[in-house]
Amino acid sequence: MIPPMVDSMTSDARDALASAGFSRRDFLKRSGALIVTFGVAGVASELGLARGVALAQGINGTPGTQLDSWIAIAADGRVTAYTGKCEFGQGLFTAQTQLIAEELSVPLDRVTLIQCDTALTPDQGTTSGAQSHPANFNTSNLALAGATAREALVQIASTRLGVPVQQLSAVEGTVRVTADPSKRVSYGELVGGKKFEVRLNPNAKRKHPSTWTVLGTPVKRLDIPALATGRFEFVHNVRVPGMLHGRVVRPPSIGANLVSVDESSVTGMPGFVKVVVKKNFVGVVAEKPWQAIQAAAKLKATWSAGSGLPAQGTFHDHMRKSPARDGLTVDSGDVDGKFTGAARVVKATYRYPYQMHGSIGSACAVADVQGEKVTVWSASQAVHPLRNTTAMMLGIPPAGVRIVFTMGPGCYGVNGADTVSYDAALMSQAVGKPVRVQLARQDEMAWENYGLAYVVDQRVALDADGTIVAWDYEGWSPTRGGRPGGNAPGNVVTGFLAGFEPQQFTPRTPAPAPQGGFDNGSNTAPSYVTGCVGPECGGCGVVKSERVLNHTVESPFFTGPLRSPARLQNTFAHECFMDEIAAQLKADPVEYRLRHLRDPRLRQVVTTAAQTAGWEARPSPRTTARRTGVVTGRGIACVLYEGDNGYCANVTELEVNQDTGVIVVKRCVVAMDSGPISNPDGIRNQVEGGTLQGVSRTLLEEVAWNTERVTSVDWRSYHPLYLGADVPKVESVLINQSDVAAMGAGETAVTVTAAAIGNAFFDATGVRLREIPFTPERVKAALRASRAG
Amino acid sequence: MSVFTLKVNGRTHSVDVDPATPLLYVLSDDLQLRGPKFGCGLAQCGACTVNISGRAVRSCVTPVTTVGNAEVTTLEGLGSPENPHPLQKAFIDEQAMQCGFCINGVIMTAKALCDRTPNPSDAQIQQAMATVLCRCAAHQRIFQAIRRYAQSNAPGRTA
Repeated sequence: MIPPMVDSMTSDARDALASAGFSRRDFLKRSGALIVTFGVAGVASELGLARGVALAQGINGTPGTQLDSWIAIAADGRVTAYTGKCEFGQGLFTAQTQLIAEELSVPLDRVTLIQCDTALTPDQGTTSGAQSHPANFNTSNLALAGATAREALVQIASTRLGVPVQQLSAVEGTVRVTADPSKRVSYGELVGGKKFEVRLNPNAKRKHPSTWTVLGTPVKRLDIPALATGRFEFVHNVRVPGMLHGRVVRPPSIGANLVSVDESSVTGMPGFVKVVVKKNFVGVVAEKPWQAIQAAAKLKATWSAGSGLPAQGTFHDHMRKSPARDGLTVDSGDVDGKFTGAARVVKATYRYPYQMHGSIGSACAVADVQGEKVTVWSASQAVHPLRNTTAMMLGIPPAGVRIVFTMGPGCYGVNGADTVSYDAALMSQAVGKPVRVQLARQDEMAWENYGLAYVVDQRVALDADGTIVAWDYEGWSPTRGGRPGGNAPGNVVTGFLAGFEPQQFTPRTPAPAPQGGFDNGSNTAPSYVTGCVGPECGGCGVVKSERVLNHTVESPFFTGPLRSPARLQNTFAHECFMDEIAAQLKADPVEYRLRHLRDPRLRQVVTTAAQTAGWEARPSPRTTARRTGVVTGRGIACVLYEGDNGYCANVTELEVNQDTGVIVVKRCVVAMDSGPISNPDGIRNQVEGGTLQGVSRTLLEEVAWNTERVTSVDWRSYHPLYLGADVPKVESVLINQSDVAAMGAGETAVTVTAAAIGNAFFDATGVRLREIPFTPERVKAALRASRAG
Repeated sequence: MSVFTLKVNGRTHSVDVDPATPLLYVLSDDLQLRGPKFGCGLAQCGACTVNISGRAVRSCVTPVTTVGNAEVTTLEGLGSPENPHPLQKAFIDEQAMQCGFCINGVIMTAKALCDRTPNPSDAQIQQAMATVLCRCAAHQRIFQAIRRYAQSNAPGRTA
């Protein structure tokens, strides 16, 4: 029997609903509803999931919040679903709406999805790491809530119609007798004036993908008509009565401290309201944005000298010499011995620069701080964690803080969305009025949490047949700050300037032995090793002798997740290196990969991409490669993203002008397998965007700095792939697997692009590029150096 | 502060602002239009583009004083979700965006191009888009949407 509704919402949530135009409590009192809730004890343990499954499919946030509803079905048959995973341009809002419509058997337009609002939605942590598809589209969370609700409705209908549940079907918002569809009752009639609370049922059965009619189809994005016509409300468009505008004044160099601020330098300027200072944080508030910009530019602030920066040109060597925190992903213990007895040893070193998120719109937030009652409209990927850290920034309890997700420009990771939320909150607190802040382009670019620089030494031992018998990886990458999480506002610039420290860095040598299973979340291990930690082997390959040692060192700049963090850098090193080995052995790059891969799904994406591209089996480079003019080549790369979250292979064809050093990528064939496809057009859009973003990062993007500060502060000093550039045709080949778990689909394609380009360049020229980006200068230098020797 | 009269999307507005204020701020803050967006403030990305007298203009570096009596059209001036302009409809049909923040600049630049050159070649589209930025890298669909519109819009076609 289904227990009566227990209203477990917080008063804050009720207020939020009331202000949104409907009060859930009153609504329920008035008209009844069926609500699916989960227990406060924790979803993973309640569902009895194994540890690994809980990590991959768990709520992906902090269970225990009082906001425990996933779905509410009202007496008018309308469905409201609540999700902690939000839209960033990846199509997730539409896909989640499809999911609810599918599991509940209701038309798409009867579903209202409410996403990422600390007063309304479950805490699902951060929308990141291609984790939304696994978290909400498998057998837990939102998907399970949909199945639970449908089964509950069928059960209520069974009682009402006096027909066993086995003889009933849920179709288009009704429950029908399968053999006699004229006998039916609508969801609205079933709910009637009553109140039902249904606990998330771990045994509820999801519909099999073969029966889907809404999910799995190319439903068009629900938000695009408003986006294409300028009606869509971005966080930049939020306007609150009485709202003022803030502008930040960042230090002139890294490590500089504020000595003094002369407020009289701006008093009397039109619209000027206040200078806000908190340790090294400086902001100016004015009535209008242009006035805030003028005042910030004129404000006299004195800063101490900065702490200085290591030279950019030798930064990778600087990392090697820095105190490090060491970690082993895998260590079979026999690697050095294998090299001693090897028939042949191949070595190479790969370098990757710092890169930035570089969102098209600089970050923006609106905050309204009234004592301990706070509302922040933010494009953060992490509304619930941001609630805690905003409270820390303001020195108030988190209970009164509400973060309302409002979409920003594509972020691709931790861009300026969190830091600008703090900027707005600090300034609003100081003036007692709502304040909107949009960062200047240079303030965003100079102080981002950059994507990681990397240097990787690769080494393999080969036997007499050319088979890899040992793989030895050693990599260095920098860290400072990162996502603020729930307790580290100092992980981003505003928190740091206002007095919070970034997450502490503690060197550790030697690395402890790996334990707790094979975790290839950063793709530090190549696909070709067995990945054996203890008795379990989680790798995709056959190479049993394996050692993967990482050194994390302190970064002079803030760092943070940028689409495919570390995984792209490592995959560049692994997949180019695999190509180098194959070339030395005069083996075909596809055949050589397959010789070392045992995971059938990774093998399948490799062969599918190769076949679709018309891959000609032969060693690289092309024997006909000329030394001048334009030459062409093709290359392949593959990955199992994060070691367990999406298969992808890319075959790239390109042209190289050997006189100018310009690479033009002509065609990318990308095969993808991320389990059951929720929206094929959505995935294609991700494959196309991910691949072209990969082209941009491979050919153009690199953060530059001098002795004092970052000098990449606009689109002239940081080079993006403009729409007018020559770009390849991206052909996506989607492999739909209906009997396996849903995996991530947003970060796989970008992960393999750099290596595929590097390998195609080698095929075309016979010269190996081992440092990103492949700028014309670097290309020409590599061609010259190779041919001089 | 000075009072200016501006013609935007077929309506006349009176605003009281600092004459040096770029047009973008007047549109997005005084008139609360959502189409033109601040991307860089440096005329390097195109997100703020509006059409003035048929030309694509970067409103982030255009002082409001220089607009005069010219007619300003923004993205919302072309059409609505209920009744999109054929160019906007081409972007909807092709699903030609991801986050959509850049799309104002893309559509307004493409509109000026296609008004001037009804059936542009790929090279002409590339040239018009030389400094328009899409960081989600929806290049392929954006070009497809512009081609779709241009072909249906070309002289001699009725579609």
